[in-house]
Amino acid sequence: MKVTLEILRYDPATDKAPHWESYEADVDPMDRVLDALHHVKWYTDGTLAFRRSCAHAVCGSDAMVINGENRLACQLLIKDASPEKPIKVEPIRGLAVEKDLIVDMEPFFDSYRSILPYLMHDGPEPDKEIYQSPEDRERFDDTTKCILCACCTTSCPIYWGSGSYVGPAAIVNAHRFIFDSRDDHADERLAILAEKSGVFRCRTAFNCTEACPREIKVTQAIQEVKREILYRSL
Amino acid sequence: MAHVHTFDTIIVGAGGAGLRAAIEVAGHGKTAVISKLYPTRSHTGAAQGGVCAALANVEEDSWEWHAFDTVKGGDFLSDQPAVDVMCREAADSIIELENFGLPFNRTPEGRIDQRRFGGHTRNHGEAPVKRACYAADRTGHMILQTLYQKSIKEGVEFFNEFHVLDVLFADGGECAGVVAYELATGELHTFRAKATVFATGGFGKMWKISSNAHTLTGDGPGALYRRGIPMQDMEFFQFHPTGIYKIGILLSEAARGEGGILRNSENERFMERYAPTIKDLAPRDMVSRSIYLEVREGRGIGADKDGVYLDLTHLPPEQIDAKLPDITDFVRTYLGVEPKTEMIPIQPTAHYAMGGIPTDVDGRVLRDAGGTVVPGLYAAGECACVSVHGANRLGTNSLLDLVVFGRRAGKAARAFAAEAALVDVPDEPEARTAEMLASIKAGKGGEKVAAIRDDLQVDMQERAGVFRTGELLAGMQEKLAELHERYAGIQIDDTSERWNTDLMEAVELGFLLDLADCVVESGLKRTESRGAHARDDFQQRDDANFLKHTLAYRPDSGHVPRLEYKPVELGRYEPVERKY
Ligand SMILES: Cc1cc2nc3c(=O)[nH]c(=O)nc-3n(C[C@H](O)[C@H](O)[C@H](O)COP(=O)(O)OP(=O)(O)OC[C@H]3O[C@@H](n4cnc5c(N)ncnc54)[C@H](O)[C@@H]3O)c2cc1C
Ligand code: FES
Repeated sequence: MKVTLEILRYDPATDKAPHWESYEADVDPMDRVLDALHHVKWYTDGTLAFRRSCAHAVCGSDAMVINGENRLACQLLIKDASPEKPIKVEPIRGLAVEKDLIVDMEPFFDSYRSILPYLMHDGPEPDKEIYQSPEDRERFDDTTKCILCACCTTSCPIYWGSGSYVGPAAIVNAHRFIFDSRDDHADERLAILAEKSGVFRCRTAFNCTEACPREIKVTQAIQEVKREILYRSL
Repeated sequence: MAHVHTFDTIIVGAGGAGLRAAIEVAGHGKTAVISKLYPTRSHTGAAQGGVCAALANVEEDSWEWHAFDTVKGGDFLSDQPAVDVMCREAADSIIELENFGLPFNRTPEGRIDQRRFGGHTRNHGEAPVKRACYAADRTGHMILQTLYQKSIKEGVEFFNEFHVLDVLFADGGECAGVVAYELATGELHTFRAKATVFATGGFGKMWKISSNAHTLTGDGPGALYRRGIPMQDMEFFQFHPTGIYKIGILLSEAARGEGGILRNSENERFMERYAPTIKDLAPRDMVSRSIYLEVREGRGIGADKDGVYLDLTHLPPEQIDAKLPDITDFVRTYLGVEPKTEMIPIQPTAHYAMGGIPTDVDGRVLRDAGGTVVPGLYAAGECACVSVHGANRLGTNSLLDLVVFGRRAGKAARAFAAEAALVDVPDEPEARTAEMLASIKAGKGGEKVAAIRDDLQVDMQERAGVFRTGELLAGMQEKLAELHERYAGIQIDDTSERWNTDLMEAVELGFLLDLADCVVESGLKRTESRGAHARDDFQQRDDANFLKHTLAYRPDSGHVPRLEYKPVELGRYEPVERKY
């Protein structure tokens, strides 16, 4: 079937402002929006720039705003993207556009790194695994699924409005360690998230949970972190 | 403007192998990781089923049984001393990953849980054994995240979205560093280093139906091949039996490890005929061939009758949700099929390169059949060929390979860099790369990169896929001559400097074409069937003539590589017929 893609294009080096361009692509309803973008890039206009790698929603490269919602282009099928109308594709918001659908991911990864996203286990180096019960393992299972695509963070109105908020993805990854029974430094992360730029900026808009392609319960994770801070009264 | 950076050790690639190497080097001299993708976008994150080690957490096991399975799975082409190293260091490497923070699934006692996987058996083939450690069906995701997290903790320096396009050598043959193209600016950077580690992953985008990411185009091996380093055992490329029909997205062997069954159009569990003992859990090469034979005899399914079914409908729904959540989601998303109640159409998908850059067990790159080491040059992971996987890799052995040999390569590179002096780079080190890019940008021949790549993929699928013949491969070789010629006439749309992904796709296609030459010529000259290389015109394994590794060198003229051979290093296990 023929679909029309309307893509917000912008090269800050040469364009004064972003502008919409319209392309036709011949695709199957079961194809991904990513396939349609490839169709445009490969056969119509090679200057179109976007990131992608795995093509099946595991690497987190191709978050974009499609028909107004944050999606991975490789996870949304044409048939589910209202193909009878033009499919509108824009870069994710809140991060500077580098070119077309490519945004500057550095601020996003800075926030991620700021919450100490690694296991800190005290005591002697064990020469076998650190034991963990299946229940303790299950406690943080949901937040291990994050692929750092930025769909959640860049759907958050507070994040758009404030340069300093760490954003949902960073909190999700903090949650993954705070509730890992093997980690001994939850307090440090909670202290970071108790600051002005941290969890209490969240106004539970739920955008993040809806945007997550991995169906992580993002808002719930943020609430659990808030509660933990209050509980430990940091 | 040329940028020059100087490091003690550089690592090219930030997948499992590159990150594991980086962690080993971090804190010892100036170190950088250079990656064309953000580290967490690497395809290690797509790995699903598990990583193996004979931990014996749930049932009796030993590293020697693991070694035997690996050698037998590899159809006796593996170098057995290297296999011993991998299997002996497996347990320690997995425990270390857990200590880094990897959230493995757990046994009721709190230990790392283990499950079955194809080709892994107890006591030399008696029955399947539980050897695969896993985190649901996103083991690779957890490995990649954990290693990235650990490298943040260790303060590793990253150059992300830098494409390495060339390797530099000093006059004495030592590796002097690399040249990289910075995607954000279009500028070239020379990275000088005492030790350079390649960990750039596979090249599965050479085939049409593939489980590999768009970015797996063999740039590392391609760049080294162009500089005279041979490519080892390139004819051995694994087709995984269960890719989603027509799309190729992988459905892990864990699906069969958990009890899934393959069925043909007559609803028959056909693997019982081909591998009576371990049935659906036979090694991948055998299962993929069995599927093709079923299809050939008219028992295929799907639009073109060239697939079969993977049946999970008899598994308890809770088990599917707990152990196979991601892959069943892929099936729902991309096929609209509900795996709990419907059978899943699948077909073999291009998956894993057993061949690649020849190395020893310390990741040191070898430049010839005599095993001459290239000073300062290392490789690990899927781009390397140690060779532990021989003619066919067992499931879960690649993730293990990454951590064992990533660590060893890191260790060796670190030790080398501590002792060695920085060697000179040639004058104008980036000139060759600049020229290549300029000529692609200036091309006016009207040939489209995507059209050439499509042709390459379709033809490789037909002529250098699961089954091959001399005629098919010779035809492919002619086709490659034509594709090279067309490649010389490519014309791209984007001639700008910033974020020129059009240009990078053109360069990547060039690497794929060169490596396809290696796959085809190596396969054409191997007139036997062994592991993943199945010749319809030579159906037997021929140990008298072919118990040896192929080395493919870039020729002085033309596109067909020059071949040499080197002996397989045997060990405890004498080659015997491979039955399961
Ligand atoms: C879908 C799937 C499932 C799998 N499941 C399993 C499993 O369950 N168990 C198992 O053992 N194995 C599995 N495998 C195999 C295994 O995952 C891979 O072989 C392995 O992850 C490869 O890791 P790597 O570090 O070598 O390369 P990759 O993870 O592919 O990383 C390559 C890196 O190199 C970089 N790079 C590439 N080219 C350049 C360049 N020109 N310049 C700079 N950087 C560059 C990339 O940016 C990337 O960081 C699976 C493979 C696939 C495709
Ligand atoms: S391309 Fe990897 S998530 Fe879409």
